[in-house]
Amino acid sequence: MREPAPKKASVVTLRINGREVTVPVGTSVAAALAMTDSFVSRADLSGRPRGPLCGMGVCFECRATIDGVPEVLMCLTPCREDQTVVTDA
Amino acid sequence: MREVCDLVVVGAGPGGLAAACRAAEAGLDVLVLDAQPEPGGQVWRGEARQGSNRLARRWLTRFSASGARFRPGARVIAAPEPGVLLVEEGPSSFAVRYGRAVLATGARERFLPFPGWTLPGVLGVSGLQVLVKDGLPIRGKRVVLAGTGPLLLAAAATIHSHGGEVLYIAEQASAASHWGFALQLWRQPAKLLQGALMSAKLVSVPTSTDAWVTAAEGERRLEAVRLSVRGREEHLHCDYLGAAYGLVPNLEVARLLSCETSAGAVVVDDRLETRVPKVHAVGELLGIGGVDQALVTGELAGLVAAEQPVPLELERSWHRVRTFAAQLARHDAPRAELLRLATPDTLLCRCEDVPMSALEGCQNLREARLYARLGMGACQGRTCGTAAQTLFGWTGEDVRPPCLPARIGSLRIPSDVSSTPTRES
Amino acid sequence: MSAFDCVIVGGGIVGAALADVLSAEGVSVALVEARSIGTGTTACGMGHLVAMDDNAAELALTAWSVALWRELADGLPRTVEYDACGTLWLAADDEEMAAVSAKVANYRAAGVRAEVLDSAALYEAEPALAPGLVGALRVPEDAVLYPPVAARTFALRAQARGARLMTGCQVRELRPGGVMLANGELLTARHVVLAAGVASPLLCPGLPISPRKGHLLITRRGAPVVHHQLVELGYLKSAHGTDGASVAFNAQPRVTGQLLLGSSRQPGDGTREVDAKLLERMLKRAALFLPGLDGLQALRVWTGLRPATPDGLPLLGPHPEKPWLWLACGHEGLGITTATGSARLVADQLLGRASVIDARPYSPARFLSASGHEVAHA
Repeated sequence: MREPAPKKASVVTLRINGREVTVPVGTSVAAALAMTDSFVSRADLSGRPRGPLCGMGVCFECRATIDGVPEVLMCLTPCREDQTVVTDA
Repeated sequence: MREVCDLVVVGAGPGGLAAACRAAEAGLDVLVLDAQPEPGGQVWRGEARQGSNRLARRWLTRFSASGARFRPGARVIAAPEPGVLLVEEGPSSFAVRYGRAVLATGARERFLPFPGWTLPGVLGVSGLQVLVKDGLPIRGKRVVLAGTGPLLLAAAATIHSHGGEVLYIAEQASAASHWGFALQLWRQPAKLLQGALMSAKLVSVPTSTDAWVTAAEGERRLEAVRLSVRGREEHLHCDYLGAAYGLVPNLEVARLLSCETSAGAVVVDDRLETRVPKVHAVGELLGIGGVDQALVTGELAGLVAAEQPVPLELERSWHRVRTFAAQLARHDAPRAELLRLATPDTLLCRCEDVPMSALEGCQNLREARLYARLGMGACQGRTCGTAAQTLFGWTGEDVRPPCLPARIGSLRIPSDVSSTPTRES
Repeated sequence: MSAFDCVIVGGGIVGAALADVLSAEGVSVALVEARSIGTGTTACGMGHLVAMDDNAAELALTAWSVALWRELADGLPRTVEYDACGTLWLAADDEEMAAVSAKVANYRAAGVRAEVLDSAALYEAEPALAPGLVGALRVPEDAVLYPPVAARTFALRAQARGARLMTGCQVRELRPGGVMLANGELLTARHVVLAAGVASPLLCPGLPISPRKGHLLITRRGAPVVHHQLVELGYLKSAHGTDGASVAFNAQPRVTGQLLLGSSRQPGDGTREVDAKLLERMLKRAALFLPGLDGLQALRVWTGLRPATPDGLPLLGPHPEKPWLWLACGHEGLGITTATGSARLVADQLLGRASVIDARPYSPARFLSASGHEVAHA
């Protein structure tokens, strides 16, 4: 168990594919994905890697399961404390 | 769950904010919906948190004081009857019953396929810019930008100011077209200033007109790009490539509501009312015109919706911004070479992995969809449909609900919203 | 001299299948389609190849047709997505289960394999189904496919044998000796076949064909797995026998991992707009059979217009008053299933030879008197 985050924290810590990432408040999940060393958001139908493309909720390349909700777009989702992000990459 | 309002504004970019402010200040009950977590749209993304843009700050402050209600993370998915929208919001959904609507859904980038464009690390020009604004670590990263128009410089400025190393800016337009366009900016004082500020920061970045990306290379992610620069080839190792060719309006919600479109823009009258009564369209939906057009038309539509008099100055401003939009469209039109970059195995549809070769024998978009699955995936053809229109001149099909993938449960119409009784078996 | 032995008007799956059969017999064929091959009603259906036993004539045609599809299957490209998944007719209560026995007898008499699943066997076969169903009828040789590519495959095969494919080509008028195109060109042929689905009455006024609208929804990839085409036996009660709009549970697994959901029927509705309230009824019905459906991602919803006849059987054969005109239309929701059999029946009649099944129940003469007037349907 992690300590509860202090009020008005300037950073949040989330887990992307099991890996802890600490980012400034306001960072989008798609941006945080780049901090995991793998900018891969999904595998295409042949298993090749894909990453975010449009950044604006248009291309659907950056979909992931976020806190149990499937098919959420990472580029439209702000990082939150204790958030769990799972991609199918 | 449901919402009732006098005016629903779809999109919280500059156009939507201006409409919402004007209407709410005149006493209307205004509800603003946007898929993003904060108001500001793409152009003012992040300004609500860490504003440095004074114009954005002014409008965002005015918006929060206007009395308009804002629902972030809200995506319009269906319009089951006139005056009703179905909206998905995170894991839930709701219906909106509205008196009037202002559509301010903005624009997206035009992507054109080239070998390697599906590699992670290849993004749009503005796509990369917004991710950097949203916190993508770019310090010390090598970036190549390829595209057209003012967006290239805006992206370069953002990347530069966040510590990224912009290796090259490739502007596809010809020198003549580009500098002709730049000279026209003298008539647009606000834009000229923006342009000058951007250029001052970027003097050291190699930039060329008549230049474009021909291929992206890498194994698991982008490692290098090939550029065509005035007829010679450049090979640059880099971490990110931003490549897109101007903007196209997001017409899906307008077409879902059966608004007439023509030449890629929503048809409106001088009150910015579409062919569907009580539904207005503003900003990029009228043809790509940038922030100035969005603000002017947003204010106009907000005043009309609230049945307020429209100041003459605002009407004049609208005609001025239209001139800029027309010049931009000519400048940003992709050159012929860009339409021939994809090879037979380059994917055109990224959702269904449809390569160019699969389109052999297809005569139109419907054939390409039904025979080869082009545009049949998650983005509903938003990316490849625009590309196919640019490459082959194929125009789109009807927009049907859901106009974005949505949970089946979100297509339910709450019983207290419907104006006509449902027949239950 | 006619340019063609036969011109087929309408490049849906029925017209395309007929072009395939006739060209294989050495008949010179032109296939004329106003838009694109297989992109009208053909592309709006589920692509369920199903033996149906509402009446003997329907069972004879559907059973034969499904068997013909099975024979063709090995020669079809992978993109046709032919999948012999079989049909499960779901019984929600004892009354419906009782109907299963009668259906088994019907099917077996027609040479169609069919078996009864009790509740335990049903849930072993389809664990995703909601609890409480009492059993099912399994028709293992039913199948599904992707109709637009199937139609295109037929058309391209015909073309490879020398048939002329004319797409984007509107027909203005059918006449003895050929058809007049909208561009003024006359296409001469000894025989004209009208296979234009819901558009058929526009070219041959008086045909008893009216549109019956249906809705379908497809999910994104990664939907929960079902293994058969699932249809509620209540379908027979809810979808037939009423004049108003009706819905029934009908779900199909696609080879893409998507789930295709139906169905609705709106007699006489010729519009293409999605009817949000009827869609909601359809989805609510489906959710009774597939729990968790509300959480699945809907990708697209669309409608199609089925060409319905008063007795639910197609019009296959000569026009009683116009010996040069042949009809292959009015298939309602069974056009994909019976395209193979319909094509063979019409081809056999055109070539003056006997068919495997009796062609008389589908004869247009049951509605159209020799004087050209519609006759009352008994």
